Amino acid sequence: MSSAALHTQSDTNYLNDGFGIRSWLLTTDHKRIAILYLITNTLFFFMGSVMAALIRIELLTPEGDLVQPDMYNRLFTMHGVIMVFLFLIPTIPAVFGNFLIPIMIGAKDLAFPRLNLGSWYVFNVGAALIFYSIFKGGLDTGWTFYVPFSSTYSATNVMTAAVGIFIAGFASIMTGLNFLVTIHRMRAPGMTWFRMPLFVWAHYATSIIILLGTPVVAVTILMVGAERVLHLGIFDPAYGGDPILFQHLFWFYSHPAVYIMVLPAMGIQSELVAGMCRNRVFGYRAVCYASVAIAVLGFLVWGHHMYTTGQSPYAGTIFSFLTMLVAVPSAVKTFNWTATLYRGSISWETPMIYAAAFIGLFIIGGTTGVMLGTLGIDVHVHDTYFVVAHFHYVMVGVTMMGFMGGLHYWWPKITGRMYDAFWSKISALLIFVGFNLTFFPQFLLGYMGMPRRYHAYPEQWQTLNVLSTAGASVLGIGFVLPAIYFLWSLKKGKKAEANPWGAVGLEWEISSPPISHNFEETPVVINEAYDYQAGHVGVIPSTEKEADLV
Amino acid sequence: MSDSTGATTRLAHWYRSYEEQTESVTLGIWLFLVTEVMFFGGLFMAYTLYRSLNPEAFAAASHHLSIFLGTVNTAVLIGSSFTVVMAVWSAERGKQKSLVFWLGATIVLGLAFLGIKANEYAHKWHEGLVPGPDFVFHDTREGVHAAADPNRARMFFHLYFGMTGLHALHMIIGIGVFLTLMVNAIRGKYTRQWHDPIPVAGLYWHFVDLVWIFLFPLLYLIGRH
Repeated sequence: MSSAALHTQSDTNYLNDGFGIRSWLLTTDHKRIAILYLITNTLFFFMGSVMAALIRIELLTPEGDLVQPDMYNRLFTMHGVIMVFLFLIPTIPAVFGNFLIPIMIGAKDLAFPRLNLGSWYVFNVGAALIFYSIFKGGLDTGWTFYVPFSSTYSATNVMTAAVGIFIAGFASIMTGLNFLVTIHRMRAPGMTWFRMPLFVWAHYATSIIILLGTPVVAVTILMVGAERVLHLGIFDPAYGGDPILFQHLFWFYSHPAVYIMVLPAMGIQSELVAGMCRNRVFGYRAVCYASVAIAVLGFLVWGHHMYTTGQSPYAGTIFSFLTMLVAVPSAVKTFNWTATLYRGSISWETPMIYAAAFIGLFIIGGTTGVMLGTLGIDVHVHDTYFVVAHFHYVMVGVTMMGFMGGLHYWWPKITGRMYDAFWSKISALLIFVGFNLTFFPQFLLGYMGMPRRYHAYPEQWQTLNVLSTAGASVLGIGFVLPAIYFLWSLKKGKKAEANPWGAVGLEWEISSPPISHNFEETPVVINEAYDYQAGHVGVIPSTEKEADLV
Repeated sequence: MSDSTGATTRLAHWYRSYEEQTESVTLGIWLFLVTEVMFFGGLFMAYTLYRSLNPEAFAAASHHLSIFLGTVNTAVLIGSSFTVVMAVWSAERGKQKSLVFWLGATIVLGLAFLGIKANEYAHKWHEGLVPGPDFVFHDTREGVHAAADPNRARMFFHLYFGMTGLHALHMIIGIGVFLTLMVNAIRGKYTRQWHDPIPVAGLYWHFVDLVWIFLFPLLYLIGRH
């Protein structure tokens, strides 16, 4: 066959194509914007972790001795706000989605590169406001901003933080819109829908949720703001307003937001499992459809956050049933990742450790979600540590494992350097063990009735709380290690080859790091995403005639 | 931007063809409008819920709005949708002068709408119907057995100012966009081959009109006899 391979060795790449600070801050290259996001969001993650550390230290002893209740309320609120709005929701799409989607579909860039850069600035304005509210003394409403506390009674900096979240939401919309248009309109010749990597499918589904959900929470925050500032009391019972309406509108976004956090991580998971097992993802189409099904069903289950609000039991029953339905596509994905291992050629590199951890933690997080979706159990454990443990298993166990796995998988592609294999494996194991030690005791605490959001607790719960804090310390060490060996690899790491894992995908058929326009010429896609028989997906046709054949 | 021959090109380098560029931009604005529908949707949800809970108070409050001014404004906005369509029509045929004219006409009609709206707001202010410490409400309907609860009627005005205020903000943004387009059109930036911003801005403007087409009956007409 006379077709040329995509990869040609070249000395210039997107990293050495301009060095000044302007070449970064004014870049419209999707790969550089991904790196800007990676830097800021990693910083936010560490800020949120400091709050978590303080919470765990306070809970080491039954008495409230480190901080006063007021301060404790602010700590868990700020931990939640930073982690949810500034890390979990934006990071995987803005870093990996930005970097990989154009490459994976064979495009030069996203459809709207300037909008993409704009989203980073908008996001940072939002983040700046959130941090401003924190340094002014913080806020104490919980990340959920329930009215009437947030609209009327809380004397803390609710407004600044709310405006920050409102603005950061627009960055999210810009990114989602960009992805949808890019995936629809800019695929390379031959890149049909069912040849796309599952990572792209997952981001497609995520973008749909972002577009339909984020505006609703934006207008809800606007209404809370109008109530605080202009006295337009839309949720105020004095004027016939209903605080429960706030909860409906809030969860209409914030439940799907959970899928904004996990779907992109599931996309990464599919890539990791395929790449590390050198095997086609089992039931490829089922996983595509499962992503879309999760996006659609995710919009129909918000009422399961409100079983104890006086919502009618009939509504509760329906929400409960719909919640069970979400478990179906989630289970389809889990079974398919597991089945992909079968007869795969598994190599236990660091990304594979994260992929395996993902499956285990997601099973625990997912099945406890089904338990919480059941009316009777939820009423019993509502607002206890059982809920806290469940959503940390999903958010950290899925989103964070996906993020870390993805970072280790694509780091050679992004930076052109290899990181230390030994220390990265140690760190992955520490994170896995530390995570379980932190959060598994919280299931037990919650089941025994320990409520969330309290700074003190009865003595009989101390042992489990000490275990949890010990786990958090291990987890902390696990997260500091990557910061060290990744930075080390930038200077001293071995140069990465184009395809260090022997994986199949367009991103592995171009140089590491890629050139500014990704491809020398627009590739033509001739195989489906995980074609390990052929060993590659794209070619650059050497003659016109060949271009017509594909 | 210039291509290799030095001639001005409007094809951004990351697109493979004009067709791909136009399709991307068009899909982009449609998706943006989807987010706008959801954005306004939250307020429409609140309106629907509270109207169904307090039909009497809402009907009584609605009597304080001027159907005459509302109708005039509806006509003004429908007229502006027509001028936008003419602007797109002119752009597609490369008619420079007519494009500038119809863009200008759209701006004038948009400003007229805002002027009438401001007049209505001022009127409400004098009547004490702006929610705040000076809010007073009298049920002016004839032939009703019990006067409506002023506090419940006040909710109507929370929604009235919230919804029409957000709509007016969209109008102001729209006028800003059309001013930019007009300046660019005077400079001859839009050609028969490339004029993507005109239909894109047009779609946004139609959407803002459409919001009003829903607001008008919901706020002004329902429950009036």
